[in-house]
Amino acid sequence: MHWIILPVVLPALLAPLIGFVMRHDITLARVASVAGTVLLVAVAIGLAVMAADGTTHVYRLGNWPAPFGIVLVLDRLSALMVLLTAVLAMIVLIHAIATGWDARGRHFHALFQFQLMGICGAFLTGDVFNLFVFFEVLLIASYGLMIHSGGKERVRAGLQYVVMNLAGSTLFLFALGTLYASTGTLNIADLAVRIPQIPADEAALVRVAAMLLMIVFAVKAALFPVQFWLPATYANAPAPVAALFAIMTKVGAYAILRVHTVVFGPGVPGTEDLAGAWLFPAAIVTIAIGAFGVLGARRLMPLIAFSVVGSMGTLLVAVAAFSVPATTAALYYLVHSTFAAACLFLIADLVLSRRSSDTLRPQTPTVQNGLFAALFFAAAIAMAGMPPLSGFLGKLLVLDALRAPGIIGWAWTAILAGSLLTIVGFVRAGSTLFWKSTALVTSEPDAADKTPAEVDAAQAPATAMQVAPAMVGLAMLAGLAIFAGPVAAYLEDTSTQLFDRAGYVNAVLSPAEER
Amino acid sequence: MEILVASSIGVLTAGGVYLLLRLRTFPVILGLALLSYAVNVFLFASGGLAIDQSPILSKYGDATYTDPLPQALVLTAIVISFGMTAVLVMIGLGAYLEADSDRIDIAAQDIEDTDDTDQTEPEGRA
Repeated sequence: MHWIILPVVLPALLAPLIGFVMRHDITLARVASVAGTVLLVAVAIGLAVMAADGTTHVYRLGNWPAPFGIVLVLDRLSALMVLLTAVLAMIVLIHAIATGWDARGRHFHALFQFQLMGICGAFLTGDVFNLFVFFEVLLIASYGLMIHSGGKERVRAGLQYVVMNLAGSTLFLFALGTLYASTGTLNIADLAVRIPQIPADEAALVRVAAMLLMIVFAVKAALFPVQFWLPATYANAPAPVAALFAIMTKVGAYAILRVHTVVFGPGVPGTEDLAGAWLFPAAIVTIAIGAFGVLGARRLMPLIAFSVVGSMGTLLVAVAAFSVPATTAALYYLVHSTFAAACLFLIADLVLSRRSSDTLRPQTPTVQNGLFAALFFAAAIAMAGMPPLSGFLGKLLVLDALRAPGIIGWAWTAILAGSLLTIVGFVRAGSTLFWKSTALVTSEPDAADKTPAEVDAAQAPATAMQVAPAMVGLAMLAGLAIFAGPVAAYLEDTSTQLFDRAGYVNAVLSPAEER
Repeated sequence: MEILVASSIGVLTAGGVYLLLRLRTFPVILGLALLSYAVNVFLFASGGLAIDQSPILSKYGDATYTDPLPQALVLTAIVISFGMTAVLVMIGLGAYLEADSDRIDIAAQDIEDTDDTDQTEPEGRA
């Protein structure tokens, strides 16, 4: 039963091997990285099958009993998130290799594997301090990926990103110190036992810790008022890296779901009303920021980055309700928005690498203008939430789950108006990029001062391998829409299991079976 | 002793936040370093302060001991924050060499107008 730790150990072993042994041979590194990611997908599918029956599997490192040793916990939610990570990583990796992004700087594949290790670890761990460690692993790899292939703008944006996240990590440690001082444990299941025993009028310290943790996770999830790092970071990161970062915001959303449900969740005196009360208005404002950002963006990459902010707002509005139907909707939307954002970034990379700048103004049309326009159109309607792709169903599920009298007005207004603004923003961007361009005469003055070789390189048609990852991502969205019924049923089981706090606690804290 | 530890954490945090808001690479790095010192002392104190006690459970029930877990947590936190500071120094240095400015808050369009940057330089230093 060592399968549970494989998503952490496999990339952790592969990354230094790629970094040290294969650093001079990009082909070898590519083969190893793809092989590792294929294995990760296989392991993730295996784990999802293992968790599908509803048991909570616990892996005790060193076989130490739970509150004393570190545990990894696999339930439906963790398995789902690991599988999502693995599939997304596969898509992004193929794109990065096919477009040659991985060869434009050093150590792409090693950092990529370390990133996967951190993300999978964060989804699997059952200990909040361990969660901090995995956060740091995924962050330090993301710093390297963010400034991959360099450039003035990118390194400066990377510096802001690093400073922001280091401040966030410090806050995380303050939260953990407060939590440990008031409860004497950092195991999630043990916390879930001890915090309800604290009387409501003595829970001030625990409330402080809960809010600090929420701020830390909100930084990761790009929630207002700490969302400001995301547009600059995603817009300046290499496009495949930005596509991989689509899962990073979901790490924050997952952490809020896990910690604020199991530890501080419903039924805990003192902290149960805390998360939802603050999360809901913040998420509403986040939707507004995302929508106005999409409308006001003058370049394509910031436009997509703001649409990611808006989708995180929609996701967290559903999370803020902390109920089984709303969490089901949130999980469906989470899977959808991960693939939608990744697709948009990958398609933007295909288009922008053939244009001279990513400013949204008409330019001579690139090769395969029709193909890119069709791909962008499909990904944009998915992101904006139009039928027939899964964005529509995701938003419908979220709206359906948020029908309580106190929240329906704000939630529906924000989501529907936000969707409208997002649609307008994407329509404007798409028609400027693809339609107005065709009206221009082909001989533009800025093409004249380039050598023929440069023009050829910029106008090379995309190969099948370059388009395939974005197509697969769109196929995932279509699949998510076609099989919405079974997927939603599975996700409902997932959120029921998440809210079954007693089941989680019993599985983790029960004594290890004899071997 | 509690007042000493608490006030030193407070002073370190205040200094760290102040330096973090200076928006130049070097003060920001120092500020984050001060913040990480503050959080390390804070974590150390989170198990309760005990003087002259060993971090081991005694077999005699009435013997007191100091909580060993925060010490392990602090060790992890120190290693991570030290490594992160090194990474930050390298990226900060790279950004300074590439952009020829150590400000970390300039928006993209400000960099394009180089004349503008020269004029605002003395003001930023004051």
